[in-house]
Amino acid sequence: MSGGISRRGALSRAVLLGGAAGLTAGAGGTALALYRKPPAETPAPVTVEPFHGPHQAGVATPPQAHALLLALDLREGVDRDALARMMRLLSDDAARLTQARPALADTEPELATAARLTVTFGFGPGLYRAARLDAPVAPLPAFAIDRLEARWSGGDLLLQLCADDALLLAHAQRMLVKDARAFATVRWTQRGFRRAPGTSGTQRNVLGQLDGTGNPVPGAPGFDTALWRPDGGTTLVVRRIRAELDAWDAVDRPVKEMAVGRRLDTGAPLTGTNEFDTPDFDKRDGLGLPVIHPDSHVRLATIGDPARKILRRPYNYDDGPRPDGSPDTGLIFASYQADVERQFTPIQKALAERDLLNKWITPIGSAVFAVPPGCEPGGWIGRGLLGQ
Amino acid sequence: MRLRVLAILGLTLLLAACGAKKDPAPQPEGTPAGLSVTDPWAKAADQGMSAVFGALVNHSTKDITVVKAEGPIGPMELHEVVDQNGDMVMRPKEGGFVIPAGATVRLEPGHDHIMLMAPAKPLKPGDEVAVTLTFADGGTMAFTAIVKDFAGGGESYMPGMDHS
Repeated sequence: MSGGISRRGALSRAVLLGGAAGLTAGAGGTALALYRKPPAETPAPVTVEPFHGPHQAGVATPPQAHALLLALDLREGVDRDALARMMRLLSDDAARLTQARPALADTEPELATAARLTVTFGFGPGLYRAARLDAPVAPLPAFAIDRLEARWSGGDLLLQLCADDALLLAHAQRMLVKDARAFATVRWTQRGFRRAPGTSGTQRNVLGQLDGTGNPVPGAPGFDTALWRPDGGTTLVVRRIRAELDAWDAVDRPVKEMAVGRRLDTGAPLTGTNEFDTPDFDKRDGLGLPVIHPDSHVRLATIGDPARKILRRPYNYDDGPRPDGSPDTGLIFASYQADVERQFTPIQKALAERDLLNKWITPIGSAVFAVPPGCEPGGWIGRGLLGQ
Repeated sequence: MRLRVLAILGLTLLLAACGAKKDPAPQPEGTPAGLSVTDPWAKAADQGMSAVFGALVNHSTKDITVVKAEGPIGPMELHEVVDQNGDMVMRPKEGGFVIPAGATVRLEPGHDHIMLMAPAKPLKPGDEVAVTLTFADGGTMAFTAIVKDFAGGGESYMPGMDHS
């Protein structure tokens, strides 16, 4: 959260500096002054996200350009005591690497650079079983559209690593996996990307859509209630959704826009002109038909009650093309919400049953994790659950 | 013992959290000798020898000499690694570890380290190893190192003359 504040601070400093530069040029009155380089003290961009705090980073944090999601399975015999040892090690690695400091026993300390790294830990149902505790999360119910593959589903422990630098991400992954491998094996790895660091505005997915326009905004009414559990934790649903791009290519733009309920270029609802215009689901065309199709993605996914919204933090993936040129690409859909059953499942159920977009998207992976609260300096993630 | 570790870890993390610079000047731990240990860790070992690493920071205005390390896990020796006819070998360091006034001596794989000669039990990742250092003036200081898997630090051991 404080990352957001300093970002805003940086922004206003930029504006001030910009104004000052203009004044200097004006006062100098020479053409030369206009060509002078801007002052060296342009504000430093935010390069480090805080690790400690009431909530884990990487949830409300503005999404970084690259993501690596790792699901681990605990080894036989790993109990609560071993889980505590593992989480102490992994939390220490995360606390250091996110602050651009080498981990303990880091053999490549030069790779510990500042690029907004966040490390977010999620506990799957299997971790609670291993610790002999009741799990607050369970796998999602089956949906008719699902074509789930075991290699993209489930997992006892999730590590969500995000950064604006892919090499830093690789190093953090190496360090964390080195410290986790005594306790766990790697079940799946998903690599995702968004647009280049610093790109503003809503991200686009590989279907070309603006993706996340309706996302709740930190600070907005209901945001905290929708996102955080009373203890400061949250829950995460990860769905790997394949985009059937060959089939998507075969339909014309009006059909695509009908399925989405928004224009592809601006992201505006079909009843509006700007991306953030509120969709008017009652509006009818000359024939008396709804302008926004009742089974369009935007109609089904729009949630009025702020407390029931979900925070989407998706990344694109592209593992293709295959030898025949067909794509292997789509979305690593990551959704954070206080309560999976109350918030996520009803939306997914409605989409699974009716969404026009289902013709071009296929869920092939699914996993659910509880995200424990953050920790203070000296603490570790999961201590409230696993500590003595 | 746990409290002490957490205090040390906590201090390190606190410095990080406050947005300190990359190599924050660690604070003295209030030991009479003015020495602190930062970033301590030990190499995991199912059996056989292992070692403790970290940084010894001298905050005082006079040199400090560490002459002994001991702990409940078993016998410890102060070691150095030297080039012996092309082979890197480790051996007890004559005179102990000298940390000059205001300086930092890093104990790291391939250099000076605290050798765990025969740990009484397997050192598992995430375990804690308690170490007490004794200084030349008779003062002592305790710290705890967290155990990590580590592939390096595999120099062969050449016992010193007085140990053979």
